[in-house]
Amino acid sequence: MADHSHDNSHGHPENPIKYYIGVFGLLMIMTLLTVFVAQFDLAEKFKHTWGLEHISGVLNALVALTIAVIKATAVVLIFMHVRWSSRLTQVIVVSAVFWLLIMLSFTVSDYFTRGGWPVTGLGKY
Amino acid sequence: MEQQKEAGMIGMWIFLVTEVMFFGGLFLAYTIYRSIYPEGFLYGSHLLNVKLGGTNTVVLIVSSLTMAMAVYYSQKGARKPLMGFLTITLVLGLVFLVIKYFEYSSKIHDNLFPAASLYNPASTGPHGVPEALQQQVHVFLWIYFLMTGLHALHMIVGAGILTTLIVMARKGKFTKNYNSPVEISGLYWHFVDIVWIFLFPLLYLTGYHLSVGGH
Repeated sequence: MADHSHDNSHGHPENPIKYYIGVFGLLMIMTLLTVFVAQFDLAEKFKHTWGLEHISGVLNALVALTIAVIKATAVVLIFMHVRWSSRLTQVIVVSAVFWLLIMLSFTVSDYFTRGGWPVTGLGKY
Repeated sequence: MEQQKEAGMIGMWIFLVTEVMFFGGLFLAYTIYRSIYPEGFLYGSHLLNVKLGGTNTVVLIVSSLTMAMAVYYSQKGARKPLMGFLTITLVLGLVFLVIKYFEYSSKIHDNLFPAASLYNPASTGPHGVPEALQQQVHVFLWIYFLMTGLHALHMIVGAGILTTLIVMARKGKFTKNYNSPVEISGLYWHFVDIVWIFLFPLLYLTGYHLSVGGH
């Protein structure tokens, strides 16, 4: 590829193993963290301070997804070499995220704005 | 040669974009059903085995590291370490599938496979799934089996690819100047790992606090 305008796109580093070990460590720590946090119902913990009793599970999901996104980003950048790839590859990766977000956000906003969602009273326990 | 390699990598990336949209549709279904049936998803999630799911998460993380190492040694043209790391990756992939098999068997044994006569949630555990939640849990289990099943299918395909790579490496097909198949397969393997990175918290950990804290 002729165009390597990006600072980090000059092929792979001489010794990428230290990056691989670093990402591996990050993934393990993040996995432990996400399992640890999942033991607690965060909305329950904060409902008196933040008034979160109506969105039980949402706070847990936010934390879990944030950790998952960090893990996935590390895998894409280092294990899949996107940090050192051509600009074209980087654009393709970003486009995947972009299209996925369009699909998720448009569909969810469609459901959300038609009324009766989230559907309530379908059986509490 | 460099341009051919770049074209091959780009082709794989385009394929992975379509895969993102493929799995994305299922994550969308998960999002919408979870917001409609929050209790059923919490309850259904806490029926899953976090120890086995967590073990599989670690297995996949290690296998991603060994795959990255395999790609590194294929770039160096080092045949022995390449074969070694490909073999470890394959074994870890098979370990994942065996654990998955035990998880599925246990769910089927507990009458929690969400298909007609195989689904009998009232007979599960000491008291069974609460009656009000049985239909919601049914939906959760459908999504669980569909998403993890599709992921497992990708793992089986990945195991086939790794086997092919090991055979090719054994024959000495890969050199410093020709290692595209290893690099491209590496992208695929890491993608399948990423899917699991999202599946594990969304399916296994959503209701984990119910199992830990009691309810």
